[in-house]
Amino acid sequence: MTHMRNLLAASTALCAGAVHAADLEVTHWWTSGGEAAAVAELARALDANPDHSWVDGAIAGGGGTARPIVVSRIIGGDPMGAFQFNHGRQAEELIEAGLLRDMTHVAEAEGWADIVNPPSLLEACTVDGRIYCAPVNIHSWQWLWLSNAAFEAAGVDVPTNWDEYTAAADALRAADIQPLALGAQPWQSSGLFNVLMATLAGPEVLTQIYGEGDSELAAGEEMARVFQAAAAARDMARGSNVQDWNQATNLVITDAAGGQIMGDWAQGEFAVAGETAGADYTCLPGLGVRDVISTGGDAFYFPETGDAEIEAAQDALAAILLAPDTQVAFNLKKGSLPIRGDVDLAAANDCMKKGLEILAAGSTMPDVNMLNTEDTNNQLNDLFVQFFQDDGITPEAAQETFVSIVRRKD
Amino acid sequence: MAHARPNPLFRNLMAKLAAIPMILTAMVVFVGGTAWTVTYSFTNSKLLPREKFVGLQQYERLWETERWMVSIENLMIYGICSMVLSLLIGFVLAALMDQKIRFENTFRTIILYPFALSFIVTGLVWQWILNPEFGIQGIVRGMGWVGFTFDPLYNAQIVIFGILIAGLWQGTGLVMVLMLAGLRGIDQEIWKAARVDGIPMWKTYLFIVIPMMRPVFITTLVIIASGIVKLYDLVVAQTSGGPGIASEVPAKYVYDYMFSGQNLGQGFAASTMMLLAVLIVVIPWAYLEFGGKKRV
Repeated sequence: MTHMRNLLAASTALCAGAVHAADLEVTHWWTSGGEAAAVAELARALDANPDHSWVDGAIAGGGGTARPIVVSRIIGGDPMGAFQFNHGRQAEELIEAGLLRDMTHVAEAEGWADIVNPPSLLEACTVDGRIYCAPVNIHSWQWLWLSNAAFEAAGVDVPTNWDEYTAAADALRAADIQPLALGAQPWQSSGLFNVLMATLAGPEVLTQIYGEGDSELAAGEEMARVFQAAAAARDMARGSNVQDWNQATNLVITDAAGGQIMGDWAQGEFAVAGETAGADYTCLPGLGVRDVISTGGDAFYFPETGDAEIEAAQDALAAILLAPDTQVAFNLKKGSLPIRGDVDLAAANDCMKKGLEILAAGSTMPDVNMLNTEDTNNQLNDLFVQFFQDDGITPEAAQETFVSIVRRKD
Repeated sequence: MAHARPNPLFRNLMAKLAAIPMILTAMVVFVGGTAWTVTYSFTNSKLLPREKFVGLQQYERLWETERWMVSIENLMIYGICSMVLSLLIGFVLAALMDQKIRFENTFRTIILYPFALSFIVTGLVWQWILNPEFGIQGIVRGMGWVGFTFDPLYNAQIVIFGILIAGLWQGTGLVMVLMLAGLRGIDQEIWKAARVDGIPMWKTYLFIVIPMMRPVFITTLVIIASGIVKLYDLVVAQTSGGPGIASEVPAKYVYDYMFSGQNLGQGFAASTMMLLAVLIVVIPWAYLEFGGKKRV
């Protein structure tokens, strides 16, 4: 594999004529401490080849802010060299419009089809048999983070699954501890609901509803139970007056809240606060109900530029992103799982290891971003942020709106 | 008799030539852009515009969406309250300022000053002032009234009034200055005549001065109304539409669906509805205002 890459690098170097370094502007929204350290690993790997140089185009404010900027630059005819999106349907239309570069030649030369695990990650990059993006990591949503000290203060054992957790809610309230921390940003509410759906009803239900648009299943008994669980979660979350997800995580870290349902990016916050998995906090993948994680994450896309030097740099970057040493260095800093099963993550902490085990056992499910368009996600955000903030909405009424969103989705 | 009158088209030719760029801009950017938006609101354009017409589907979905209804309701409440209160407070302040007081310049500057701030800054300032932990509620509780509750931005029922406070604080100064200019335009003789007739001051204001200030009121109304319809940045800075969707406004719906929701068709449909609402208000008004004058 390595000599293949060298061969490719050599051939691109020949094409470029090695006259001067091609600047490759890379746009991403990784601006927090851990994220910036992770992206610096990628930049270092690209700059190792003197023919290419990484120009950092970070956009602060997360995907909601960055995506419109990236899209308008590409549509406006001023594309960057490469950009990061969550893999899934976010770039679908840009690909259909022919604005993104087909990277199949790199994928074939590097043998991505054999190394990317789970294969669904590469499928999310594939449109009509051609590969348009390079997946770099796996992030999963289905994690419950619990503060051990909070449960000790409430005089109950640290729960091992969702039911024990809801049963402990009253004891936590009595001890003046917020049972469940939930930030007010819309995506956190819909994310929480999707996790409940994937774990309590099962991943097949989520895939069927979001993937196939099955509105009968969405209106059914199984989903009604998920909505009841969501109403219970709403009671537990009442009173957490925070906005950002990391402020909510901080409530768990400072033992002011019992727990939080959040993706595995939350463990970066625990690490920065110097907490140890198992001793200070507990993580339950799949809410302890069933061992399943979704395989969302980040991928790099490469816009059409028509410039041979930039194309050479794009090819080089695509190859570097999936190389074993980049994968290890990047994912350890980012707190995410590598996209290839054949690398050694000895330095991973307990929670990451749990995730790796589930990944190795193959109990994965597609991420919601792979099934839904941003339009559908936006509608779900509107529905669930209202549901979780307003006690006046009954689970039945929310389910009705949910069904109409599913019926409309494409 | 026989000598030809100059073609009216060529009168003030230079001025007309100079106006061509502006006319083109207005036609292409405003009228053209509007027509394009309305046309594409009947398509199912997602991230990129495409000509696949779906009839009124986007509008049907729009009016079925709870968030759009909440947005409309919020804009109505904000609009009516902001219109009435800023005119009322602005006029009262201007009338007070008109009493030949000392340090008038200083007061005028202080009251107009918030207008120099952007809505984003205003929103952030008021977000902190109304924050229950650090703002007014925190201070009053710190002084001993432990049961005192004042957290409009965290209460879905009254959150729009929290935004209204900030909007008034920012905009009333301008209304006051406009009103003051109008008051200064009233002939002093009228005041003297009213005083000779023994008419009390409040009656003079209500029945003589205000009717004379009609043009000033109309200008002010237009300025306030245009500010209301485009209400966006204040909400983003103060609440981002929360708690839940309780403080959403139409302009934010348009932005969110066009850009982060990657659904241009839905965003265009919403902005067309906004345009329609403005036209319903503006056309009858323009007809009365300008159509009437020509006939005289």
